[in-house]
Amino acid sequence: MAARLHALRSGLAGPAVAAGLAALILSTLAAVAWQAQGLSGLGPWDWRAVRFTIWQAALSGLLSAVLAIPVARALARRRFVGRAALVTLLGAPFILPVIVAVMGLIAVFGRNGAINDALRAAGLPEFIIYGWQGVILAHVFFNLPLSVRLILQGWQAIPAERFRLAESLGFGPRDVARHLERPMLRAVLPGVWLAVFLVCLTSFAVALTLGGGPSATTVELAIYQAFRFDFDLGRAATLGLVQIGLCVAAMVLARWISIPAAFGAGLDADHRPRAPGGWRIGTDILAIGLAALFLLWPILAVTAQGLPRLPSLPPDVWRATLRSVIMALISAGLALAMCLTLALSIARGRAGWIEAAGMLPIVASPLVLGTGLFILLRGWFSPDALALPVTVAINAIMALPFGLRALIPAAQSLGDDYGRLADSLDLRGLARLRLLILPRLARPLGFAGGLAAALAMGDLGVITLFATNSPTLPLKLYQLMESYRMADASACAVLLMAISFALFWLFDRGGRLA
Amino acid sequence: MRLAVLSFALLAAAPAAAQDRPVLTVYAGDYIASEWGPGPRIEEGFEAFCDCDLQFVTGDILPRILMEGERTRADIVFGLNTDVTARARDSGLFAPHGQDTSDLSLPIDWTDDIFLPYNWGETAFVYDETRLENPPASFDELLDAPDDLKLVIQDPRASISGLALLLWVKAVYGDQAPQAWEKLAPKVLTVTKGWSESYGMFTDGEADMVLSYTTSPAYHIAAEDDLTKKAAIFPEGHYFMAELAAQVKGSDQPELAQQFMDWILTPDFQKTIPLANWSMPAKLPRDDWPQVMRDLPRPDKTLFYDETEAEALRQPALDEWLHAFTR
Repeated sequence: MAARLHALRSGLAGPAVAAGLAALILSTLAAVAWQAQGLSGLGPWDWRAVRFTIWQAALSGLLSAVLAIPVARALARRRFVGRAALVTLLGAPFILPVIVAVMGLIAVFGRNGAINDALRAAGLPEFIIYGWQGVILAHVFFNLPLSVRLILQGWQAIPAERFRLAESLGFGPRDVARHLERPMLRAVLPGVWLAVFLVCLTSFAVALTLGGGPSATTVELAIYQAFRFDFDLGRAATLGLVQIGLCVAAMVLARWISIPAAFGAGLDADHRPRAPGGWRIGTDILAIGLAALFLLWPILAVTAQGLPRLPSLPPDVWRATLRSVIMALISAGLALAMCLTLALSIARGRAGWIEAAGMLPIVASPLVLGTGLFILLRGWFSPDALALPVTVAINAIMALPFGLRALIPAAQSLGDDYGRLADSLDLRGLARLRLLILPRLARPLGFAGGLAAALAMGDLGVITLFATNSPTLPLKLYQLMESYRMADASACAVLLMAISFALFWLFDRGGRLA
Repeated sequence: MRLAVLSFALLAAAPAAAQDRPVLTVYAGDYIASEWGPGPRIEEGFEAFCDCDLQFVTGDILPRILMEGERTRADIVFGLNTDVTARARDSGLFAPHGQDTSDLSLPIDWTDDIFLPYNWGETAFVYDETRLENPPASFDELLDAPDDLKLVIQDPRASISGLALLLWVKAVYGDQAPQAWEKLAPKVLTVTKGWSESYGMFTDGEADMVLSYTTSPAYHIAAEDDLTKKAAIFPEGHYFMAELAAQVKGSDQPELAQQFMDWILTPDFQKTIPLANWSMPAKLPRDDWPQVMRDLPRPDKTLFYDETEAEALRQPALDEWLHAFTR
């Protein structure tokens, strides 16, 4: 009886966090609608924006997931010098602040970029990045790293014993694909597609800048317009609801496609699948090489532009840097605590609504979230005092969906494979956390923490709405641009990129060494 | 523990007000209060004689003040733009500025008794003469230019300068605006969310011309000794923009707020504008302008819609714009 009570108590944490999240997102939306005294209808342009948003997000998700398969497979079955560093580096684009990523892509693919210079020299027609193809290119650039990492984790989650068994049965690469790899992909890919789809759902600045014009209007831009010029909160709330509706629909679809792979537990033997020889060596090298070139070139281009000006950045930028780093670390801690609670709860086979609540933050428009909080809290606190704490909290929440994507599969197999043993040993509470959960989930936890810290570092988000006298580093970057100091701004971009990446690396490596 | 205290200190809000001095809270657009904007000089200048503590609060000011309504802490709102004053005025939150605006150094007459301009400029397409040898000499020439002349502009749904372009085209072409946009659309390389993204693309050499202001070249001349950036001046006229200040009706520091409004049009304040704000001063004899501003080529004709006209035109003009781009 006492044990049952204890189980109940520990089982409440997940639902409590999930309920809190759902309440936060829905109540902010409600607050915005209430302020507007109702929801407004949408015009034809809004529906066009909805259509474009769905189309580009679905296609970006599909391309990112499909292109990530050969890269992840090559990384899973090959060993070479610098592989670990490359795996970490490939994560870089996902955590780039949007403005920096766009700079980098334009430096490579733009009219004056290296690629078009080469094409012109060869007398070939130019590649035009501005248009729907630019939006997709940018979204794949952003999300391919995330997809590769998630699929790679899927590969690494197949116990080594299965690969050995396959070898002893004389499986060729085709048989391995059929019996081991495809079931794994069937379990992982829908989640990967969903994650990318949701990221692209709320894209706004990228879509606009590279979209070449208003035909690349996303719902998020329509929300921005409603706030900025019309102050039409009713329309903003309606559009926010539309985004949440799309999110829920996409989640249902992904759940319906996804089938758990169920490979069972292994002994953690360090045995990687034997890499096939022959022409497959060439294709693996090609996959890794092309991905590395595509993902790292724009980053190098931005670095080359900004690095020379780095020493001359004014002291205020360094103050903002310290502030941003501290905020990012607090955000990451919060995100990890929430992530672990939710993932363990979901792994215990609780209702799907918990997972849904964990995915919701990604589509809650930061503008709606920020404005709603502003309305809810304005009677109690001064907005100036709230700006930084609220930014920290919202950044932590925004990072949840990515952390969950990495953690849920790991937590589920942990429960399936070791849950019964741990229960029979009566391993509970902190001991279970220390001896079983943390060591077995160290990798995805490190990855999730790194993502949360880096995303918080680069986020401009809600802080502008709340107004503050203590600017963060991304805000400084904008201030430099607004005052014509483009060269300093590119140095600031390099700094922001370097710190975001260092934060990600610290957590990610930490998780892998734990 | 020490780290916790330090991080708390960093996350804490604005510096505590200096004891026993009244605080004047100024809501300002984001770049204004940064060390590269006019904010620090304004703060220093006003505190030199007001015996008060001027505190900037920066961010998206218009949505914020509309949300806060009567409860706002703001005493002054600084940096609103001419094309969006209708919404601000309708809120009834602002008090008259009480200044004589009959002899401002603006190209248009200013009769607004609530919103007071502190600077002004005009929209213009800026180019680099080393990259564009034959810049269009008129708006018509721009429309008829070959389509490989690439412009980068801002989205009127997300930025003030983008909205100004919309009104500029409307003011020049009127009912012919849709046809004008149709000619312009193929030359538009892309549309960005804000001015800074566009301008960055221009300085990186990605676009030949950027939608900016007649005063933009002044920055390159004064701060970088770069004489190659020019604004193309069109005989059809250029669209006027000013940034405005207003005092909040329910301010708990009405005397201070009035004192600030009285100071805005004085030379002491106005002299800081040209080289910190990179725009023209609202009230300053031409002889007192910095040389670089006096030497800038100026259009002969200034176009401007008052806020009522601008508000009425905005949605139809936006529809025309969207149609031209989404054909």
